[in-house]
Amino acid sequence: MSKTRLLKALSFILAVALIASLAACSGSKSNNGNGSASPSQASPSGSSSAPASKDEIVTVKFGNFSGSGDTAKYLDQMKAEFEQANPNIKIEIETIAYGDYFTQMQTRVAAGQAPDAYELNYENFVSYAKKGVLLDLNPLFDATQFDKSSLNAQALNAFSSDGVQYGMPGSFSNVLLIYNKELFEKANAELPTKDWTWKEFDDAAAKIRALDKNTFGVFQPIQFHEFYKLVQQNNGSLLNADKTAFTVNTPENVETLQRLVDRVRTTNVMPTQAQLSGVGDWDLFKAGRLGMIVTGVWAFSDFMQNITFEWDVAVEPGNKQKATHFFSNGLVINKDSKVANAAFEWIKFLSSSKEAAKIRVDAGWELPAVTYPDVLEAYLSMTPPANRQAVFDSLDYLVTPPVIEQFGEMSDILGIHLTAASEGAKSAQQALDDAQKELTEKIKL
Amino acid sequence: MLTHRNRRKWLTIILFLLPSSIGLLVFSVIPIFYSLVISFTDWNGLNPWNLAAGTPDFLGFGNFKEILAGEEFWRVLKNTMYYIVLYIPLILVASVLAAVLLNNTYKAIGLYRVVFFIPVLTSWVAAALIWKWLLSDDYGPINAILGFVGIDGPAWLQDRTWAMPGIVFASIWKDMGFFALIMLGGLQGINPTYYEAANIDGANFWSRFTRITLPLLSPMLFFVLVICIINSFQLFPQVMIMTQDAGPYGSTQVMVERIYKYAFKYYKMGYASSFSWILFVIIFAFTIVQMKLQRKWVHYDS
Repeated sequence: MSKTRLLKALSFILAVALIASLAACSGSKSNNGNGSASPSQASPSGSSSAPASKDEIVTVKFGNFSGSGDTAKYLDQMKAEFEQANPNIKIEIETIAYGDYFTQMQTRVAAGQAPDAYELNYENFVSYAKKGVLLDLNPLFDATQFDKSSLNAQALNAFSSDGVQYGMPGSFSNVLLIYNKELFEKANAELPTKDWTWKEFDDAAAKIRALDKNTFGVFQPIQFHEFYKLVQQNNGSLLNADKTAFTVNTPENVETLQRLVDRVRTTNVMPTQAQLSGVGDWDLFKAGRLGMIVTGVWAFSDFMQNITFEWDVAVEPGNKQKATHFFSNGLVINKDSKVANAAFEWIKFLSSSKEAAKIRVDAGWELPAVTYPDVLEAYLSMTPPANRQAVFDSLDYLVTPPVIEQFGEMSDILGIHLTAASEGAKSAQQALDDAQKELTEKIKL
Repeated sequence: MLTHRNRRKWLTIILFLLPSSIGLLVFSVIPIFYSLVISFTDWNGLNPWNLAAGTPDFLGFGNFKEILAGEEFWRVLKNTMYYIVLYIPLILVASVLAAVLLNNTYKAIGLYRVVFFIPVLTSWVAAALIWKWLLSDDYGPINAILGFVGIDGPAWLQDRTWAMPGIVFASIWKDMGFFALIMLGGLQGINPTYYEAANIDGANFWSRFTRITLPLLSPMLFFVLVICIINSFQLFPQVMIMTQDAGPYGSTQVMVERIYKYAFKYYKMGYASSFSWILFVIIFAFTIVQMKLQRKWVHYDS
């Protein structure tokens, strides 16, 4: 008798332990969040109530992930310049490592303890914006007569939806074609130009692939961001014009995917996952085994340091039209911030001021989204790559990802179906048909 | 009526229990019941609760119905089952075998036991990175060894069929030491007179193992089986690190991976909570069934 009672007790304990361990995931995270937040939370409560007089010092809390590690000192420089120009605003920087940032930020937003201003990557920005936890910046733009032309129009536009401006572009990195000049010469292929289309692109890749067994022509990841852009190069689109329905399996899109799959499975100018077998795409390029790679300008500092052969860049080739894409981290303001005006001054400074842009360019810390010619001149004067101008030429063809509430889920779903095709588990048509069906079922537009 | 002495005694007990029970209450018990409440809502995990304004909305069993009616739940359940079917027999055999080997008096037996236990203490992040390399198609030692005996090894973690077995191998390597230790404890608890009697009767090694060792080890086997099944349903870090989130074409998508993504990446906290309660019910049911079945094969008295 007592044994069964013991076993019952045991099973109950197991049950509790299970749930506890599941809850521990979120539990411990929120614990961390509060832990690191608490020292900074005590101080601003006094100053965060609306400033009574002009002279009162206001404290703005700023959460970010990109100023961690080596880049922390550049963020501190920006803060120093800002505080000098705005003596009645104090900035309190709180840097959280990328891996923990979004779970911590989620907990704090839900608890009503978000920093006044903070940084978000694009995927999370979209979710936050659509869930109404961010402040609309348009009234602040109007009140301060902000000159929008100081920022790249597409980059600014990426952070707005339905006429609401939810954020400003912080750092900014676009994607272009980077190539190994020596392999091109060895393969007797013509170097990429602005006017290249898919055909010249794939011909050059084939010539370089023919050099030897371990040398590949091109690497262009088969995932959401690339595909979203590539279909537009082919006059296709993943969504209809007013973004109310998916149009994933149109003939233009199927043709686009078929080309990507053929590059891996038929011509094999691009390595399969098995051929890569854990070697990173950058490493393959740095080892001189890859003719061309489609990647972002954030590769420059690594490539400048670690590549001995000659390399250069070009605007990414299009097909029926050109399309390029970029990644940008947004700067946003908490809807419930009591110091929204001061927070706006700070993110405006980070995003669009010449001073912050200069610090960025000098440090090689991605690109500022600004349009000041003299700042950009300094960026252009650095080599390699010799054709740095291509970074700015690419901006003329930027396409922006859709602002959809379930952005992360959408890109994961499409990603899985794209891999199914690139692994040869399904035909391109079948993969996109399935993706269309699943996206229509699961994603509210 | 409590006497004065008694009351003092209780006060002391409560005071001593307070530090740990507050932690348990705040970080486990309350979140458990809170997650049950969340599972009936469409909370996104971002907007502060404001019931008057309908944030979040209560859906009743809506989330549960949606999960069970969808194709995804059954697919990830199948992936989990694939893992269990491979993992459970292998871990039981491996840990009993290791325990039998370690239940000896070689020189430096302590050292061997430590060696078997080291993987248990290794963090999953480090272990997963090493296993990624071991299982690599072109550069991995495992395929190199297979190559010597003329087998062309698969691309393991990049292959839809072989990704999960790859994860199973890593998990066996990591967990074996811990379960072997439990088995070893069981082996050492067996009264040696049984073996003496069997020797006198002329029993060979195999019949001593099947007739004496296994039955008397059955409580340990039972315990290990229960724990292993629970752990298997909660499979998570290996999958996230070794196969970059979900593996080739989602072939290593498992339940906890889905729960994590829904809660912290897709901002569907209500849906994720329902998912974890379904997971709980499954594990609970498995455990109950095992408790009932144990009467047929577990011997408690030695």
